[in-house]
Amino acid sequence: MQEAGMRRRHARGRKAADLAMRVAASLAALLGIGVLVLILAEVARRGAPALGLAFFTSLPGPPGTEGGGLANAILGTLALTATATAVGVPLGMLAGVYLSEFGRDTRLGAAVRFCVNVLMGLPSILVGLFVWTVLVVPFRSFSGYAGAVALALIMLPVVARTTEDMLALVPHALREGALAVGAPRWRATLIAFKAARGGLITGVLLAVARVSGETAPLLFTALNSPFWPRSMSEPVANLTVTVFQYAMSPYADWQAKAWGASLLIMAAVLTTSLLARTFARERTR
Amino acid sequence: MTGRRATVAAPDRRHPRSWEDPLFRGLAAAAAGFFLLLTGAILLELTRGSSLSLAKFGPSFLWSSAWNPVTGDFGALSSIAGTLISTAIAMALAVPLSLVIALFLVELAPPAVSKPVGAAIELLAAVPSIIYGMWGLFVFAPLMSDHVQPFLSDHLGFLPLFQGPPMGIGMLTAGIILALMILPFITSVMRDVLRMVPPVVKEAGYGMGSTVWEVARQVTVRYGARGMAGACLLGLGRAVGETMAVTFVIGNNHRVSASLFDAGNTIASALANEFAEAADPLYLSALVELGLVLFLITFAIQGLTHAWIRRLERSAGRGL
Repeated sequence: MQEAGMRRRHARGRKAADLAMRVAASLAALLGIGVLVLILAEVARRGAPALGLAFFTSLPGPPGTEGGGLANAILGTLALTATATAVGVPLGMLAGVYLSEFGRDTRLGAAVRFCVNVLMGLPSILVGLFVWTVLVVPFRSFSGYAGAVALALIMLPVVARTTEDMLALVPHALREGALAVGAPRWRATLIAFKAARGGLITGVLLAVARVSGETAPLLFTALNSPFWPRSMSEPVANLTVTVFQYAMSPYADWQAKAWGASLLIMAAVLTTSLLARTFARERTR
Repeated sequence: MTGRRATVAAPDRRHPRSWEDPLFRGLAAAAAGFFLLLTGAILLELTRGSSLSLAKFGPSFLWSSAWNPVTGDFGALSSIAGTLISTAIAMALAVPLSLVIALFLVELAPPAVSKPVGAAIELLAAVPSIIYGMWGLFVFAPLMSDHVQPFLSDHLGFLPLFQGPPMGIGMLTAGIILALMILPFITSVMRDVLRMVPPVVKEAGYGMGSTVWEVARQVTVRYGARGMAGACLLGLGRAVGETMAVTFVIGNNHRVSASLFDAGNTIASALANEFAEAADPLYLSALVELGLVLFLITFAIQGLTHAWIRRLERSAGRGL
């Protein structure tokens, strides 16, 4: 009798603890998510007023003057990202093909997989430092090429890893079918690529999203420039380094432009990531 | 398995244009080999670039607190300490909060809430660090100096940690911004880990009459503990090398201070702030050596993460 009573009290205590923890966890979750959403909202609120027509069409004015835009930086960021993608994606995919199709149990495969992991975790500023030593010092000039290479090096491990993972999901029977009718190995791989298309596109888009918001690797490679990007062998204007420089400047107009550029970068990255998610969903369907 | 592979490979070799596949394989292997080359080259170049500083200061570079470009005397102590302190603050704040949010998403929230919120958190993990830096400098730092820091020094001011003028920017602010940045990342990995806990195990708990909290704490968290440790290591690797989110708000000051209110620096922020302006070869070399130290730190964390996840996979079959 007494035992049953104790159990009931015990149960009440447990239920109270359960309720308390549920409420606490929900509140903590709400707090964490709320702060993150607040950050995005604040960027949108402060950035939107700066995004007039001139922002997208004109060059920045001299320091301290009002007006002008960041058209050169927008163009430069697009050029850097496109060049990096053109270099990084094919190379990364080929390495992914090796890991998935040839190097599954080889010693080279294991070594490369290890390097892919190391490079994935490498802070992006060190990529910039490395590219500075091999492409900026010897040529004695900051350049768009160096910036694009730095971004490409950041994409490489991401693309290689997704390619390997996505190709590994393709059933072996598909490749064997192609080989059985006399197709060469590369054609069988091409068929596997087709089967893994959705996942591969997702991987590439995520890699593009990641590098298009990178600042650190561009600080001592592409640098920045107040002019139109004319050649990739000179410093190239770009949005992220512009944000850094403008935010640290004492001019209110430049700080407002830094907010505008931040909003633009954030919108581009989020759109690309969303796009990547829709492709990923297509794959699972 | 190997037998079948052999029969598959046989017609391959008899193919009329026999150069195609060796070429394909060679190209793929070359691309893969490039990764080995790249990793080696990064280590080599960072070492070569820091040779001046290595020769002049030797190992004492690591524990010297000097940083004087004028007299040419450099040491990494303040940067290494700043990196470790800001990362520790970030992990101390982000890990418990991530765990709670992941538990909330997996165990407590109804699907109508957890699905969109989970997706939103994954998206937030992609927000570039410079955005957090901007917000930290213009929105959060004033908040810190006006409210949070006075509050802390009023109530916890007897600790040396919370003494000094409330400037807004400094080590504490950098740690908090860093925490916010890695929060969505750790949360989404933890959520993936928790989602992989088999329902049968949890149902067994409910079948015994356990409450939701008891199942979450004693079953879900225990089952996923090692996977979540992996998630923390991944977050740690990110936090240690993070540049922009920290550079905006840490104040860039090469001094070791007991107070978290004081301006400090991390290896990454020192590089971002000073590298483009450094002209003197020894100065540059000292900065590259800072980079080398950061490389070795992240390499160690990587190795640890790698070994941990490998052990996890072996013991759990599939898992993380």
